[in-house]
Amino acid sequence: MSVTVSPKRLRREFVKKVKELSGQNLQLCYQCGMCTGNCPAAANMDISPRRIIELAKLGLEEEIANSKTVWICASCLACTVNCPRGFDLSKVMEAIRLVTLRKNIDHIRPEDIAPQERCELPQIAMVSGLRKFTG
Amino acid sequence: MSLAYYPGCTLKTKARNLEEPAIASLEVLGLKLEEIPRWNCCGAVYSLAEDDLIHQVAPVRNLIRVKELGKDKLATLCAFCFNTLKRANLLMKDNAEKRNTLNSFMDEEIDYGGEVKVVHILEVLRDEIGWEALAQKVKLPLRELKVAPYYGCTLLRPREVAIDSVDNPTILREFLKALGASPVDFPESTRCCGSYQIISSPDDISEYARPILNSALRHGAEALVLTCPLCDYNLARGQKELIKKQSGLREMPLFYFTQLLALALGLGPQVCHFELNHGSPESLLKEKNLLSQSESFQPIGG
Repeated sequence: MSVTVSPKRLRREFVKKVKELSGQNLQLCYQCGMCTGNCPAAANMDISPRRIIELAKLGLEEEIANSKTVWICASCLACTVNCPRGFDLSKVMEAIRLVTLRKNIDHIRPEDIAPQERCELPQIAMVSGLRKFTG
Repeated sequence: MSLAYYPGCTLKTKARNLEEPAIASLEVLGLKLEEIPRWNCCGAVYSLAEDDLIHQVAPVRNLIRVKELGKDKLATLCAFCFNTLKRANLLMKDNAEKRNTLNSFMDEEIDYGGEVKVVHILEVLRDEIGWEALAQKVKLPLRELKVAPYYGCTLLRPREVAIDSVDNPTILREFLKALGASPVDFPESTRCCGSYQIISSPDDISEYARPILNSALRHGAEALVLTCPLCDYNLARGQKELIKKQSGLREMPLFYFTQLLALALGLGPQVCHFELNHGSPESLLKEKNLLSQSESFQPIGG
């Protein structure tokens, strides 16, 4: 994947928002890739966890918003406990999800979950999923 | 001795086979679980956003119920609830600004400052009863049962809430040894089962389950032992789909740790509610002489 970086494309507001919501200093990351290496879902992601940090640092909001990566993250925190810099990527993933969800753009609709499935799923699946994927 | 106890929503409905054997077993071990009054849903996941204080209200209210009882410890059984409550408690303890905001918002409640210690029942077994004392109470040793301990995520991550070493946990291995079983270590014991992705990408769940189940089988496990109702659901569903896809996987029973505890303490299969397990452990238990040949239960999960 190649990205074009130019001052015109940088979304300083987006970077500020992600930093505010996550409480994380994006500059801490030195791109070692431990997050991607330890992520059980990295193979399904179109942009790897490591690259998400880099794109967020550069303020490339469009690339991140069009990616499915943050919606595949299950907040398992394998990245967080393995980061040598003490950077909490799970909070950055959450911040990026929230930038979308707070525009009233939900990732799933409860009514799209099949009724039989709704009956079978444990309550913690419904509560956690709707917390993560709706605003 | 009694312990303040928070059950959470799932244990009262889908995961009664996690809760009921726990209550019965702890009573035999001299501990009465006292369900806290007026508990509410903990929110299931801890809010990761800095400005999202409203979602801390639910877990903190539960902690306030414990403080009101005059207790300084809260025992939990569901791995999700444990994580959410313990993280919310740390926030109240360590962050003065957020603590003040939350206390002012809940002005009908007493002030709370993280006074309650949140523990998981596995920690109670390890730290208050002890493996040796537990082993002495075992009436039906789970001899020859090769069980792989599966921790999942929320008992071990993040580091500040972990009940054991994040990188090399042994608590379930020690627990299984105390029950007389043969623990089977495998490298995927802390790998995520897919968690809440089940509601947005149910078709991907079997791919989360595949490496976990394959690895446990390859290392010689006959069953997995679990602590979390969502791990149970996802792994069972993933296993079923993988078998249907003829991936070469063979069915492996999934047990909650509390079911094995009750069984080993001689409380009988009724209290374990094996009929609520996804997939039946009946033939394995009979093969190991842990269930009488005349005993039978009809699984609901198929």
